[in-house]
Amino acid sequence: MDDIRIRNEKEQDEFEQNQVIMTPGQMVMRRFFRNKLAGFGMGIVIVMILFCFLGPFFSPYGEYEIFYINKQTGEEIDMKDPRIKEAGVIINIKAPLSSSHLFGTDADGRDVLTRIMYGGRISLTVGICVVIVELLVGVTLGGIAGYYGGKIDMIIMRLVEIFYCIPFIPLMLVISAILVGYGISPKYKIFYIMVVLGILNWAGVARMVRGQILSLREMEYMQAAKAAGIRTYKKIFKHLVPNVMPIIIIMATMDIGTTILTESVISYLGVGISFPYASWGNMVNAVTNSIILKNYLNIWMPPGICILLTVLAFNFIGDGLRDAFDPKMKR
Amino acid sequence: MPESDYVTSMKNPSNIIEFDNLQTYFYTDAGTVKAVDGVSFDIPMGKTIGVVGESGCGKSVTSLSLMRLLQGPQGQIAGGQLRYNQISRKRAVDIAKIPIKEMQKIRGNEIAMIFQEPMTTLNPVFTIGSQIDECILMHNPKISRKEVKVHSVEMLKLVGIARAEGIYDSYPHELSGGMRQRVVIAMALSCNPQLIIADEPTTALDVTIQAQILDLLRGLKDKINASIMLITHDLGVVAEMADYVVVMYAGRIVEQGTADDIFNKPMHPYTIGLMKSKPVLNEQVERLYSIPGNVPNPINLPPHCYFKNRCEKCVEICSGVYPELIQVTSTHKVSCYLHAKPDMSKYRVIGGKRL
Amino acid sequence: MNHENILEVRNLVKHFPIKSGILQHTMGQVKAVDGVSFHIKRGETFGLVGESGCGKTTIGRTILRLIEPTSGEAVINGVDIFKMNKRNLRPLRPKIQMIFQDPYSSLDPRMPVGEIIGEAVREHNIVLKSEYRDYIIKVMEDCGLRPYYIDRYPHEFSGGQRQRICIARVLALNPDLIVADEPVSALDVSIQAQVINLMKDLQRDRGLTYLFISHDLSVVEHISDNVGVMYLGSLIEMAPKREIFRAPMHPYTKALLSAVPLPNPNVKMNRILLEGDIPSPANPPAGCKFHTRCPRATQVCRTQAPKFKDYGKNHMAACHLYDQN
Repeated sequence: MDDIRIRNEKEQDEFEQNQVIMTPGQMVMRRFFRNKLAGFGMGIVIVMILFCFLGPFFSPYGEYEIFYINKQTGEEIDMKDPRIKEAGVIINIKAPLSSSHLFGTDADGRDVLTRIMYGGRISLTVGICVVIVELLVGVTLGGIAGYYGGKIDMIIMRLVEIFYCIPFIPLMLVISAILVGYGISPKYKIFYIMVVLGILNWAGVARMVRGQILSLREMEYMQAAKAAGIRTYKKIFKHLVPNVMPIIIIMATMDIGTTILTESVISYLGVGISFPYASWGNMVNAVTNSIILKNYLNIWMPPGICILLTVLAFNFIGDGLRDAFDPKMKR
Repeated sequence: MPESDYVTSMKNPSNIIEFDNLQTYFYTDAGTVKAVDGVSFDIPMGKTIGVVGESGCGKSVTSLSLMRLLQGPQGQIAGGQLRYNQISRKRAVDIAKIPIKEMQKIRGNEIAMIFQEPMTTLNPVFTIGSQIDECILMHNPKISRKEVKVHSVEMLKLVGIARAEGIYDSYPHELSGGMRQRVVIAMALSCNPQLIIADEPTTALDVTIQAQILDLLRGLKDKINASIMLITHDLGVVAEMADYVVVMYAGRIVEQGTADDIFNKPMHPYTIGLMKSKPVLNEQVERLYSIPGNVPNPINLPPHCYFKNRCEKCVEICSGVYPELIQVTSTHKVSCYLHAKPDMSKYRVIGGKRL
Repeated sequence: MNHENILEVRNLVKHFPIKSGILQHTMGQVKAVDGVSFHIKRGETFGLVGESGCGKTTIGRTILRLIEPTSGEAVINGVDIFKMNKRNLRPLRPKIQMIFQDPYSSLDPRMPVGEIIGEAVREHNIVLKSEYRDYIIKVMEDCGLRPYYIDRYPHEFSGGQRQRICIARVLALNPDLIVADEPVSALDVSIQAQVINLMKDLQRDRGLTYLFISHDLSVVEHISDNVGVMYLGSLIEMAPKREIFRAPMHPYTKALLSAVPLPNPNVKMNRILLEGDIPSPANPPAGCKFHTRCPRATQVCRTQAPKFKDYGKNHMAACHLYDQN
């Protein structure tokens, strides 16, 4: 009888040893890539990034290159060409779709496709930079509030509440007016906008991170680490950070989408990225002209679709990540 | 769906429920989990049946199948019959096939359920009274408001709540765990159910409160005319309450019989091990018996007896096909080769070992 | 201090303030632990029994200084750990360790098993770097874990195996005292026996001392040498195991013992059923705290708290019933 038991044990051992070991990270990746929507989102984001960052190298035109046309001959003339001063040459505005301008030209005679690429660069960069700023502030403050608790927590949380109460659009209008007033060039204005957006958005991140840390702090493995006398910085970097990471990653992905949307809104209102730089938002701004809205879909639709697709894609990725990190949350 | 699709007839009209080869599967990403795989047992009218097993053995899934409360689309009844003797309409129905609309009439009215965590049944925003009232009204829409309240208070008194009128107007969060469980029992009883399924009714409670609730349930057994299906991991609770016991392991029944059969003449090595591994008050042993190993992974279960790898008494034949349930006495069944009838001589040849 | 004693707890009090409002006014106190004294001898197991909310978990956590005590002393190896500051306490921490109830939340899901067990070993330089891996494997084998589990992650293990990992983590630090807070309550019956046996074997081989906290009387009876019964933050009875289970004195202990269902349908017990529920520890009854539920309460119980006294054979109890003479 004993030999059967030993054999049973051996069988069990062999079975266990042959099991594939997976780290939690690998499991998350596997679950993520099995999710079709998330893969679709990932695909769109990659295509968008390639399109915006590599696309301009293949485009023969520049971002603020204005095209002229000779009314008589129908010949298109570049703005650097001296012939633009000839009689009968006018700016080639609202040109229809053609092989030289795939999406035509806009109301100022610039190539729409090229501007979508440059605009995408700005929109994506703004999205990513704003999220980095808000994470830097939010994770630090939220982490401190959650870990230390007490008075510090109370002060930070009141601060969060104040930031939740700031009316966003009026503030942006004011800031934009100030920036214009001080004569800040459009090039630097982009950076100010990133910082301002980041600072305005940290509150949500801080609240989320604090909540997560509060619940992690009560986990028994944190108690065990405390009981074993593990140093504070090790507790933070080996236990807390890896366990807060999933929620930060999910939030960052979702927030990139939201920020792109916010950026388009303020650019659309004319207080964000401004002439001569392109962004998807200020390109859609063209719809304020009712003639363009009705007759020149090619000018405002493509950037609008880009915004829609990119935001959607980031949301799909965020959802996919959340399901992958915590399969129990899935309904 | 025409009635003929789900109306059947009971094998024995004195049973309230007959599980016949019930198979409930969960289709997950990792594979098919056979949570319940070919379970058959009967619940006679007015009796208490205890279903015992460890976590993951399928005891709760059995009851959820009976209530048709499985989490779809992953969880599904894949086969078998669940015959219910619907006395109110003088017919027997197959719950596995019954349309969900019909099921809703049975659920809560004719078959009531008591969960481990009373707060899952109680709605925190309504008073206790209104929740019991609603229960009664659903079953009995014609009676007046006043009568309903009288009936509800009566129910609360039945489950041993002294200040029934006071409790009637309070909210669930104002009550302690034991009180809440009493309220849930009152709710379950308020519709005069044919069967009460109690899924770990005392596990979340303290010992002294558990004793109160068990005492209550035992008292009620005589007062009401219902059968009780008691699901628990605690052999002590089963011994106190049950007339019949079903022992489950990894989705199958390994042993079943009367309480006397199971506790005094346990036969399956798992049942024996389970009893020996629990320390008993005032019975000193130097070392507890423990079943080695762990419950097998429910995905890709082996073709042989699931308990084989943990069994101390296993013999060659155990590596063969899964043993069938063997009728030992008229009430006692066990699924183990050790108790196979001696005339099954072919097993000896295959095994080459003494059985 | 008696040298046989590894831990002496004297008059431990822990009150949690109830705060409310924006300015966090203290509205009252939850008297979780209200003046508890006991001691544990080296190499023995002290079982602490009681129902939920009686303060047994709070005692365990204050002894580890996971919760700061309100007042009292806890002397371990001659030093009062309640008086130490955090810096001096850190090197002593490995000597007192804890096994938690929930094997799922007590293991960091993002760490491999070897790291979980070895983290604190490295932190306190318990073994040489060169011996580290062998040491971890040795501890794992002692706890019935296969050496190849070392690189696996907690999600692959069942509850019983996780609890073994927790025990290995504790054991790797060579503690003097292990506080086990309901270590088997979350496990299946067949796995409970494995873990209890493991704990007993380790105690025999390594001379461990346990403070075993549980609500399960039969488990406590099996594993303990001395047993203390708690009710609403106070010890109400304490005695060697045999004494307390054969001849319980306090009516609460008697009720508790009779409430345990026995796995034998033929035994019909005379159960002492207690009325009502446990009162709130924020507002405990005056006099003897148990008088609201006690079947034998008298007038004196309502007004005067009974003293916790020795009634011979190291059998301590707090009840007026035995005070008449």
